[in-house]
Amino acid sequence: MKATVRVEGLEKRYGLTPALRGVSFELTPGEVCVLLGPNGSGKTTLLKVLATLVRPDRGVVEVGGLDLRRHGRLVRGIIGFSGHQTYLYEELTVAENLRFYGRMYRVADLDRRIREVAEVFGLNDRLNTRVRALSRGFQQRTALARALLHDPPVLLLDEPTTGLDVEGRCRLAALLGELRARGRTVLFSSHAFELERAWADRALVLSAGRLVFDRPASDLPANVLNLGGAHARV
Amino acid sequence: MLGFDRLVALVAKDLLIELRSRDVAYSTLVFALLVLVIFNFAFELRAENLQVLAPGVLWVTFIFAAVLALGRVFAAERDRGVLEGLLLCPIDRGAIYLAKLVSALVLMLVVEAVAIPAFIALFGLNLPLLPLGLVALLGSLGFASVGTLFSALAAHTRTREGLLPILLFPISVPVIIATVKATTVVVAGDPWELALPWLQLLVGFDALFVGISYLVFELVVED
Repeated sequence: MKATVRVEGLEKRYGLTPALRGVSFELTPGEVCVLLGPNGSGKTTLLKVLATLVRPDRGVVEVGGLDLRRHGRLVRGIIGFSGHQTYLYEELTVAENLRFYGRMYRVADLDRRIREVAEVFGLNDRLNTRVRALSRGFQQRTALARALLHDPPVLLLDEPTTGLDVEGRCRLAALLGELRARGRTVLFSSHAFELERAWADRALVLSAGRLVFDRPASDLPANVLNLGGAHARV
Repeated sequence: MLGFDRLVALVAKDLLIELRSRDVAYSTLVFALLVLVIFNFAFELRAENLQVLAPGVLWVTFIFAAVLALGRVFAAERDRGVLEGLLLCPIDRGAIYLAKLVSALVLMLVVEAVAIPAFIALFGLNLPLLPLGLVALLGSLGFASVGTLFSALAAHTRTREGLLPILLFPISVPVIIATVKATTVVVAGDPWELALPWLQLLVGFDALFVGISYLVFELVVED
């Protein structure tokens, strides 16, 4: 099967500090993959490189068969990204935020699509609430709805469960299953893999910028989150 | 591709946020009016010194107020990390610059639309509004074009409030000189043709500054 995401020999430095060192992997359609690693291991940098927010120093990065360096704008059209920040305007309502981003992505039949993603994340009752009045959990749900709004073939989620309650996590888990069934590719990072083990087909583990584990998620040792020492063992 | 619909959406979003928060408009407007009042006390404008002082008074007020407004152009994005959200959109990043420029320009023109009548009333002047409005539009566009770019640049620094005027004033000197000279012609009631060279210079600088800023904006907002 042709890869949706292809990363080969990816390197990125911040000044003298290496963030990613020769990272290589491929993701295929319908694959849900979790990205693990301790703080500072390069998870966010890797996701931001794939999202075109950070320019790689070396290596090949392709999303949907498009080279990131040459086709950045086209790549941005086929990815959905949710980061540490919600990327939401606090003075606007949930619906206004989604409508704004929908217009940026030229989403067809936007009002219907907003209702759909609001339904997925249980936001229907809060569409007319200003973001600043939402709890952290509902802000995160709105952020995820924003990333999903244009129905991207590739979804990149940086710690998507941050701030989510049990219901929010269940909705996210159900969504990932649905995306897998529809052939979408999902790469998400996590700090709480014990809870989300069942969500992923495959696990990538980064340690100090190197990819040290790339196997089915079921092969991960139970103590993989005792990162540092555990990574050396993996 | 720029996309006029996206540009409109970006500007509408900025103006709606400003309409609700009124963060920038109120502070800038109050500041401009206060400066005019201070100048009114400091200078005694008479017929013989009117031509020399009035354009300077007006543009010092506008430029200081504009620096205040331009410093907040990327505030909503910077404070809440939303700029990355915009950079993720499949749009030409220059479109973000153009939208911010239009938003800043609208804000500056609103402030000027209130400040000019206040200036006329405070100093007891009789100025032709249409020519003065044209000069204000071209001068504000030139100042805002560079100011918007430097505001994006300064947004990433800790000393942004201090850095913006230091970057902005030297670069915008040609725009400020041309604007003040054209305003002098208007205030003196001289034939309109005398202002044309200055207006042509303004149009040239405006085109140059907008063009260069549009092209380099992507480099400024990249990691």
